[in-house]
Amino acid sequence: MSTIRLPEILQKAKAQILEEWVKQQMSGAGARADLIKDGELRKQSEEFLNNFQRSAQSGETENIQLPAWAPTLELIADLTRQRERMGFSPSETALFIFSLKEPLLAQVRAELKKDPEAAIEESMGISALLDKLGLYTTEIYQASREEVIRRQQEELLELSTPVVKMWDGIVALPLIGTLDSARTSVVMESLLQRIVETGSEIAIIDITGVPTVDTLVAQHLLKTVAAARLMGADCIISGIRPQIAQTMVHLAIDLSAVTTKATMAEALKTALARTGHRVVKDVVLKA
Amino acid sequence: MPTLKSEVQPVVTENDIVYVRQNVRKWAVEMKFSLVDQTKMVTAASELARNLLIYGGGGEVRLEQLQEGSRMGLRVMFVDQGPGIPDIEQALKDGFTSGKGMGLGLGGAKRLVTDFDIKSIVGQGTSITTTKWR
Amino acid sequence: MQDRIPILHMSNFLLVTIQVDMHDRLALQLQDDLTSKISATGARGVLIDISSLEMVDSFIGRVLGNISSMSRVLDAKTVVVGMQPAVAITLVELGLSLPGILTALNVAKGMELLSRD
Repeated sequence: MSTIRLPEILQKAKAQILEEWVKQQMSGAGARADLIKDGELRKQSEEFLNNFQRSAQSGETENIQLPAWAPTLELIADLTRQRERMGFSPSETALFIFSLKEPLLAQVRAELKKDPEAAIEESMGISALLDKLGLYTTEIYQASREEVIRRQQEELLELSTPVVKMWDGIVALPLIGTLDSARTSVVMESLLQRIVETGSEIAIIDITGVPTVDTLVAQHLLKTVAAARLMGADCIISGIRPQIAQTMVHLAIDLSAVTTKATMAEALKTALARTGHRVVKDVVLKA
Repeated sequence: MPTLKSEVQPVVTENDIVYVRQNVRKWAVEMKFSLVDQTKMVTAASELARNLLIYGGGGEVRLEQLQEGSRMGLRVMFVDQGPGIPDIEQALKDGFTSGKGMGLGLGGAKRLVTDFDIKSIVGQGTSITTTKWR
Repeated sequence: MQDRIPILHMSNFLLVTIQVDMHDRLALQLQDDLTSKISATGARGVLIDISSLEMVDSFIGRVLGNISSMSRVLDAKTVVVGMQPAVAITLVELGLSLPGILTALNVAKGMELLSRD
């Protein structure tokens, strides 16, 4: 494969290629006249073709990671992000690059009419190059999606760790949703931090909203209880549902060192009693 | 995997264990590890530096800042030319000790870091590499 | 480096605040000093404040455990107060939960615990 003639062809027939390419885009499979104006499309195409030509002049068309291709890749990244916001699908964006093949290869054929072998060589090289550039757009898509997911995960983590003060000296952590190892350790750290800040001797960990508890999560719970004890605070685990109680016994998780209560209310009652409080109901005296 | 920065410090006296702790803390803070991760690194370094002194007869601690893709790593290596460890697997078990101590040194330190690698040749020495990533 | 941690004597109690990064000899010295001071003063309680300690490894953990057991033999209670969350998490991960030691969140709560009974 070679692309020796590519810079020369681009130099010679750029205007024509651009014309064909834009026409192709407006009528082809990736055409989205509803999303992008013709003028804008032409501007983007021209900009890309200019960068493409400059990068191709380096002669290094095998590896698009080389510095010569950096400006072109940057432009592709910009265009991809822009199109993602405008509502283009990943394949429509990839087609933007792929659709350049036809007009470009037509020029190659015309130019190398007398040497069919060279034409095939050249076509294959250009085709491979455009494939790489087209696939790069999906990489950009992927990366921006991953960024969104990562950000949402972080936000979720922050939202899902509410340590609430129940009474003087008593804090509670109502856990909701599936616990994975990473989330559990973040939650537990913030619980221990709040114990210090509030000077609370008792922490209630309520797992009513936790669908399953596996060995790893149970171990995290036990470690938290142990760490709290080292700091001088006691934990009560409440809201252990029957299925979870069964799993814990099956997994041979020893909770004998931990105070457990069926409900948050029970746990609070115990916590109040331990901190020397009594809850009394008022008797209404009839006159 | 590029190494951005490295430093070697000797461990020959008990005070050096404190210097190792302080240095690991300094590096971990610079690399913006969370407080819990800093504490874990420092504690692991303290255990292993003490081992280096007591069982290995002293040696060197080498700190390295690594970069792999987007993640950063702090690597701490403990190298001695001491008697070596005949049975590594047993030495890693909790409760195992051949000298004074509670026998939590190796196994405990291993739990505090992400990667733990130990090489030992009897009569030639021991080299332990610990790495934590962020 | 410092070679002794000061011990405060207040009515029936001994108070220790550890503020330096302890080297091993210093920890052992504290263990010796505390036991002799308990027997010399007849103190009923020992309070060790470790709130400024950024790390407790197995050696320091063992010394704290020893102090606790030794004071019990001399009929005094020991309470360790103010352990930081990061330190507590690390100790548990290390496999050290110091079962015999009394703990409290801060000095005030520790004193309360010692004054009981």
